[in-house]
Amino acid sequence: MRVVLDHVTKRFADVTAVSEFSATLEDGELVSLLGPSGCGKSTLLNMLSGILPVSGGRIYFDDQDVTGMPPEKRGIGLVFQNYALYPHMTVMGNICFPLETQRVPKAERIERANEIARLVHVDMLMNRKPSELSGGQQQRVAIARALVKNPRLLLLDEPLSNLDARLRLEMREEIRRIQQRTGVTTIFVTHDQEEALSISDRIVLMKAGVLQQNDLPQSLYNEPANQFVADFLGNPPINNLPGTVEDGAFVAADGKARCALPMLAGVENGRNVNLSVRSESFVLDENGPMACEVTRVYQMGKEEMAYLTFGGTDFRAYIDSEEGLRKGDAVRLSLKRRGVFLFDRETGERIR
Amino acid sequence: MKKNKQKPDRELVDRSFLARIEPYLYLLPFFLGIAVFTLYPVVNVVLMSFKEDYSYLTREFSQWGLANYDKVLSDPKFAQAVGNTLKYVLLVVPISTLISVIVANLLNQKLRFSALFQTAYFLPMVTSVTAVGLAWKLMYNKNFGIINYILSFFGIDKIPWLENAAWSIPSLVIFGVWNILPFTIILLLSGLQNIDPQYYTAARVDGSGSLRIFLRITVPLLAPTIFLVCIVNTISCFKVFSELYPLFNGKPGPFYNLYTVVYYIRYAMMENRKYGVAAAAAIVLFGFIFVFTMIQRVVQSWMSARKR
Repeated sequence: MRVVLDHVTKRFADVTAVSEFSATLEDGELVSLLGPSGCGKSTLLNMLSGILPVSGGRIYFDDQDVTGMPPEKRGIGLVFQNYALYPHMTVMGNICFPLETQRVPKAERIERANEIARLVHVDMLMNRKPSELSGGQQQRVAIARALVKNPRLLLLDEPLSNLDARLRLEMREEIRRIQQRTGVTTIFVTHDQEEALSISDRIVLMKAGVLQQNDLPQSLYNEPANQFVADFLGNPPINNLPGTVEDGAFVAADGKARCALPMLAGVENGRNVNLSVRSESFVLDENGPMACEVTRVYQMGKEEMAYLTFGGTDFRAYIDSEEGLRKGDAVRLSLKRRGVFLFDRETGERIR
Repeated sequence: MKKNKQKPDRELVDRSFLARIEPYLYLLPFFLGIAVFTLYPVVNVVLMSFKEDYSYLTREFSQWGLANYDKVLSDPKFAQAVGNTLKYVLLVVPISTLISVIVANLLNQKLRFSALFQTAYFLPMVTSVTAVGLAWKLMYNKNFGIINYILSFFGIDKIPWLENAAWSIPSLVIFGVWNILPFTIILLLSGLQNIDPQYYTAARVDGSGSLRIFLRITVPLLAPTIFLVCIVNTISCFKVFSELYPLFNGKPGPFYNLYTVVYYIRYAMMENRKYGVAAAAAIVLFGFIFVFTMIQRVVQSWMSARKR
């Protein structure tokens, strides 16, 4: 099912949690809603589920306007952050509960519950209570309960945040597998960029209730729309070198260090910018434009993580360990084409 | 060196001895109170119930025996008292529990003025039963009482709440329910507030209406609290006395028809000076409460076992 959000807005007493949010999610996609905590992604999810009414804008499922529709009519499956499995019911009871309200006959309920339980691999736990399950198993049951009524849209609210690191990896693969088997359009809320990058068809990145970028995972990383997107994605975080532009050259914050870069050709003089470079986009080059000093070097196997300084700003770069850098070395670097961006320092907007 | 080594060792022993008795010292004042005012009387009552022809003043008795129990169990007044008490328990406990579950649910909603409602419902808790009983006596008044006045709007004739033997049980039960509600509601409300609201959201997203959510989610999750409330209220209802006393001018009902077990105990002691009989009746009451509580516990464990 295709989901269209048209200028959706949510205002609480004096805060705007989601502002003029517009996006289209295609049928069968797994979309991550990504952003720091408090950015409005859970609010947006609750508006999609119908738990929270919108303050403005429309929501469409396919061609149907569902903006004012109550949650039970929307045909959604919802997986809560802490699963919210009914503690007094068995796994079977939990999975059957949504069908009970749809007045599905008992024999069919049990058949469908068993079928979905096999899909998420909890079919051997049907008679257990939630308290007798591990975190990962509870997660699977919660997904089964959300899927058993064949929802048009599956919503997952930070589903992995209560799991330990290993289970998190395992369950994210599982969610991907189950989503692809059922083909249900899925929205996955997370604040973890790695999670979003690894399982999504598409990532919607939010900040303070405002859509920042809605794109393919690799495009989000390789072509960030603004400073926030560039800062949010990537580990280690992107290096931001503040400075100004003078005659096609970048002048660092100390006003002395400068380097000429072809990408600065069209930028007007005196503009305050951030030269933002991913750590993997530096290359040691005797003739490179950046004269830097090495302040620290960490061995990381095949590569080294070097801490360098340019015009008074420290940054990190991956350097091939065969180069044998030492603390205090003066080196020259050039920049690759990929992973190098220029942002306006006031507005954060990308300068192309 | 040796001295230094020994000294802390001895300190350690001394301190651990002090540390061992310290908690008991803190408990001592409270324990003394319990011992003097609860444990000693309890033991004494048990002994007294077996002393025949016991005189409270001289502390003399003719012999050990079961004569007191024989008197209690063959006294038609006691049989009537047990009957009334059972009626009271079997009416007040279910009615008050049912009303409390509903009211607690309403109070648990995010309503406007909910603080006001909560205060109104909890007010009876801080009032004296006897004082409020006198107020109820006025409200129950056949000719001037507000209850009959309100009922007159619905075309209902004056009801002789306190003057008629048949109406005296309902009057007592209504007052008893009202009196027990606040405590019951507080317990149930705290039970409700322990239920994660996400279960309600989950059930709603799954398409459940309010009634289904109430029956399938709220009540099962509240069941432990409901059982607790039933047990506590059963115990307190078996001891019904202070509700009765002010309503009928200190008489057990208009025609001495509303003896309860505790009223019987008081009657045996204060009016008949038969302390042994009163003690025996108290032990029988204890037996009733014990049996009822056990039945409830067995039912509860059977039900929670069945749900698994």
